[in-house]
Amino acid sequence: MDSALIPEGVKRCPLPKFLFGLAIVSAVLLWGVYAMFLCWFKGLNQTNMNDYYGFALWIWADLAVIALGGGAFFTGLLKYIFKVDELKNIINFTVIIGFICYSSALLILAIDIGQPLRGWFIFWHANVHSMLTEVAFCLSCYFAVLTIEFIPNILENRQLNKVGFFHHLAHNMHGVMAIFAATGAFLSFFHQGSLGGVAGVLYGRPFAFREGLLIWPWTFFLFTWSAAAFGPCFSLTVTWITEKVTGKKLVSDKTVHLLAKISGWMITTYMVAKIIDTIYWATVTAPSMGFKMSHFYSNNGFYGYWILFAEIILGGLIPGLLLVFKGTRENPTTRLAAIILAGIGVCINRWVMVLQIMAVPVMPFDTWALYIPSWQEVATTILPVAYGIILIALAYRYLPVFPQEVELNTPAKTAAE
Amino acid sequence: MIHDKKAHKFGMVIDLDKCTGCGSCMVSCMSENNIPFKEDESNKLDTLTWMRVFKLTNGKSFPDTEVAYLPRPCQHCGGWGDHGHSPCVSVCPATATDYGYDTGIVSQIYTRCFGCRYCMGACPYKARYFNWWDPKWPEGMENYLSPNVSPRMRGVVEKCSFCYHRYQLAREKAYAEEREIEEMEYQTACTTACPSGAIIFGDLNNPEHKVTQIVKPDPHPDAMNKHVVGKSRNPYVFRLLERLGTNPKVYYMSEREWVRKAGDNYLEGEWDKKKNHHGSSSSHG
Repeated sequence: MDSALIPEGVKRCPLPKFLFGLAIVSAVLLWGVYAMFLCWFKGLNQTNMNDYYGFALWIWADLAVIALGGGAFFTGLLKYIFKVDELKNIINFTVIIGFICYSSALLILAIDIGQPLRGWFIFWHANVHSMLTEVAFCLSCYFAVLTIEFIPNILENRQLNKVGFFHHLAHNMHGVMAIFAATGAFLSFFHQGSLGGVAGVLYGRPFAFREGLLIWPWTFFLFTWSAAAFGPCFSLTVTWITEKVTGKKLVSDKTVHLLAKISGWMITTYMVAKIIDTIYWATVTAPSMGFKMSHFYSNNGFYGYWILFAEIILGGLIPGLLLVFKGTRENPTTRLAAIILAGIGVCINRWVMVLQIMAVPVMPFDTWALYIPSWQEVATTILPVAYGIILIALAYRYLPVFPQEVELNTPAKTAAE
Repeated sequence: MIHDKKAHKFGMVIDLDKCTGCGSCMVSCMSENNIPFKEDESNKLDTLTWMRVFKLTNGKSFPDTEVAYLPRPCQHCGGWGDHGHSPCVSVCPATATDYGYDTGIVSQIYTRCFGCRYCMGACPYKARYFNWWDPKWPEGMENYLSPNVSPRMRGVVEKCSFCYHRYQLAREKAYAEEREIEEMEYQTACTTACPSGAIIFGDLNNPEHKVTQIVKPDPHPDAMNKHVVGKSRNPYVFRLLERLGTNPKVYYMSEREWVRKAGDNYLEGEWDKKKNHHGSSSSHG
């Protein structure tokens, strides 16, 4: 029924089956949308946030999706600026994943603020000293860049591409994409960094505070580095999921191995920097404010040293090293374990840098505060996942996202390989 | 008299040995500043308490147990080096909270705040509160609201303003009468309500004011921590979390050593060192 829209030479499931799958995910999406409207119309009392937990699940989700979406800017940088041509086979998909992540982040921010209709004040009454101002400007601009990067792929739809103007527009946009990739990398450096800066500048919160370079705390650089390192792992994870769902090989092993190798080295070097930062913070910064490291990991029902281990060893060093060594990198099982662990690791880092900061007592007579999100918070956090699945499903069905798909799924060629 | 030609630096000192924990300061603050309340105020994690009284104990068992009460308004921090970059002011993305260089008061512009709550995360004293609900009062009580203080809408952050409207009223009256305002003309609601006289409020820049005479603020940066300015030269006076360099304008006073120690975090042995070297004991920086 919709075959005229499907890219030439590829096979897609029957439309009813596709619509059935879409309906299930849409139901989850509607649940999230319902919760979103509850928050907008009834206010943030729909959440379990409180005055100790001003930042909670949403801000974590916001930071996490932005880190995971970091594959878009970093792959773009490698492909268009450093001319790593092999990555052309996955660049479309990383852009779509980035687009989903960043649009989700903006949506989450729109739900999270107490006065959504005043959201534009962040631009109008901008405080140049605030890291959040930098986040807002860079995030919005980079989302615009991602949209520009996504447009040529949309215009390559079989029917749209028949329109001469769209065909030429897509062609010419591809031609100048290096400029947007460079702009995107520049903006990403600052918005990923400023998200790290959001926590690092809090000199009233010894768990978060970091010294740094000029106006930027070390977390500024660590966040950029980690997004570039872990983002590609998420792109590979989503690619793997898409391959399993569709039952097709979509990206060649050569491309996957290359991206995994780059990610592995980025993660490993990042972890070295992160460990140095943690040791310096634990032995110099926090003690100078009167805190022993154990203060941040004891006397409460949840946050213990296990979270530090999970972030740095389990979700950092182990996946990094698994991807660095050729044997484990090219073994599908260990590679899969590595990219999943890496995704979990960076999410734990963002969790720690948002929620644990809020939980730790600073005044000696104050107590730890723990919180469990309400269903409205959970639903609105799942909402972007459902939205992402829908967008990927539509893009996969109607756009030429994977340039190698035909080649990799032609029986003769596959056999020859 | 308050010297208008020089910038004010309003602050207070709270004598914790006089505070009985009666809560008059909290009640007067709520009444003065049109603070709404919920039917169930038992969950202190989401109630609006600009002034909150914390209960401190010395951690010893009977019969050595001692208790102190610590009223905690907004600390009106001057920030690192006392330059006005308070923890909350520097992070607010929409300039909805500002530092008054003429008064030292940290303001909150309710109609500009869009409720991101970054300032709440930045404040180590947890002195900032979010309006999770629409403001509501029991029927008829709206008639008792103060016309000098604007009620806040749902979705914005609010906090103690050192009863800034009282300063405005005193300043306007003094201006109309072509004179400077007197020390007792501008006093916060909590100060005037405290039955034991534990709260003393005034201009820390005016040596004639009682608060300045008690605190004896050191105008020079602390020798051991360049971020700390205005440290008290009175051995019984301290500030909450002074080592962070937030430079609050709320000082506390107690003759009890354990109470003074409870005002900040110390590693093992640091407190004894501080006791022996009062005035130059901070190490951060």
